[in-house]
Amino acid sequence: MSNPLLTVEQIESFYGPSQALFGVDLELHAGQLVALMGRNGMGKSTTIRSIFGMTPARTGTIQFNGKAIQKMAPHRIAQMGLGLVPEGRRCFRSLSVRENLIATAVPGEWTTDKVEALFPRLAERRNQSANTLSGGEQQMLAIGRALMTNPKLLVLDEATEGLAPVIRKEIWKAVRELKSRGLSILLVDKSLKELMPIADHCVVLEKGRSVWQGQPGDLTEDLTNRYLGV
Amino acid sequence: MTTVLNSLKPQALVSTLIPQTREHWINLLLILGLVGAALLAQYLGERFYVNLASRIAIIAMAAVGLNLALGFGGMVSFGHAAFFGLGGYVAGICAYHAFNMNPALGIGFLPEGTNQMLTIWAFTLVLSGLLGLAIGKISLGTSGVYFIMITLAFAQMFYYFGISWPAYGGEDGLPIYLRNELPLIDTNNRLTFFFVAAAMLLISLWLSQRLMGSRFGAALTMARLNPVRLATTGVDPQPIKLMAFVISAMITALAGALYADLNGFVGPNMLSWHFSGELIVIVILGGVGRLYGPLAGAILFVLMETWLGGVTRYWQFWLGLILLGVVLFARGGLLGLLAGRDKDV
Repeated sequence: MSNPLLTVEQIESFYGPSQALFGVDLELHAGQLVALMGRNGMGKSTTIRSIFGMTPARTGTIQFNGKAIQKMAPHRIAQMGLGLVPEGRRCFRSLSVRENLIATAVPGEWTTDKVEALFPRLAERRNQSANTLSGGEQQMLAIGRALMTNPKLLVLDEATEGLAPVIRKEIWKAVRELKSRGLSILLVDKSLKELMPIADHCVVLEKGRSVWQGQPGDLTEDLTNRYLGV
Repeated sequence: MTTVLNSLKPQALVSTLIPQTREHWINLLLILGLVGAALLAQYLGERFYVNLASRIAIIAMAAVGLNLALGFGGMVSFGHAAFFGLGGYVAGICAYHAFNMNPALGIGFLPEGTNQMLTIWAFTLVLSGLLGLAIGKISLGTSGVYFIMITLAFAQMFYYFGISWPAYGGEDGLPIYLRNELPLIDTNNRLTFFFVAAAMLLISLWLSQRLMGSRFGAALTMARLNPVRLATTGVDPQPIKLMAFVISAMITALAGALYADLNGFVGPNMLSWHFSGELIVIVILGGVGRLYGPLAGAILFVLMETWLGGVTRYWQFWLGLILLGVVLFARGGLLGLLAGRDKDV
């Protein structure tokens, strides 16, 4: 297999004096969709924050495209080709949909036309302020904004949490579409039913450690009950 | 290209000229009110009020500069008097040497000043841009109360330098005996000078509007709202904020150059922290981050200072009460109160 696009090795991260990650490993190859799983508070979002330099890892290494990024500033990490869809639909609410999309766009495959084709609702609301959008539309906008930076790796943190079932369907459809186009995706989500058919690899976190990795088909009921609480 | 062509269609041109929202109407009324007041004062022979209108336009322009940093960029600068005073001193020093026909700063090979406003404005823009870059670069390494304090400290450095620089009047300031000139325009005519000031105000408002309507403006808003989230999209918030700070400094400095010409005088009071504070008050009164907020704030502030100041020595007490009211009950300032909370840009 080719060299991994993203490698996380034994990272430990802290919020002030409190340790949140105690050794997380994960590997993602180009074109793969890797699911980062675990119950609430197990370190999934902290792992993402560490990858993006927002909560820098104190020990361990994070490599993207063969380069160590754990000491880089967040904007430098993103410039290397990582796009983040943060937890909680974090749009810039006082800006319009169009402004949200174009402000940080990077020339490449993804343009406003393509994003609007992926999420037609955004085209209808192009000139509306983001704070007038529904939760689901805001999530679409957050994904669109990340795509407009033309990332090599798209990271989605709880992209469907708190959304109505019909909207979740649309988001999952978009994720499948992105995967089919060959985009590498690191995805945090609790919906096993949706995740399992599309994930190439799963990483399970428990109390800040990666405790299991493997193919979705190898995730037994016992493991699911033990680590995912379902 | 399609967008450009569309914007040239008659309907599109008309729609850009006709105010679309209540806030646009209020903005238009503010401008027309100011110009109308100046014309009426001139017609009635009330020279003082023509000058007052010029003063409002210039102070509003300085506040438009600050609004770019404070309102749109979230940088609470308590040191914009440094830029305002710098503009004033550039105008004063240039005019002083042109009048006395001796070299600038007393250094033999330097030119003998100038009384041409265009040259003075060019000097002002270059110097204030460089000063803004230096102060902004250092200050943006901090945030919150430290940013406020460091910008204040820089301004106070210039203030104390101003009062202890005997070559240019020190504490007494420097008179400008003859108002600086513009080609083909009689700047000594009060009404003409008002129109120069009003034109500069409109240009600074137009520039602010263009900036905030561009990708840069959207990125600046993002940098204000959440710099970390902006960084995760690959954009470093610091250069965006620094650029806004520099442009803000240049606009305020240009207003300072006009202010010195209006008064025929420049003194250290233009560099004082009181003026920095007044600019902040004006921006808050008018509406932080509202395009025409600084104009609304400047009108209210200058009128209160003039009329209430004639009635009571303690006019600032009443201004304080109004400011309290605005902060507590009208978060969008005067414009927010009149036009609702939707932002203009």
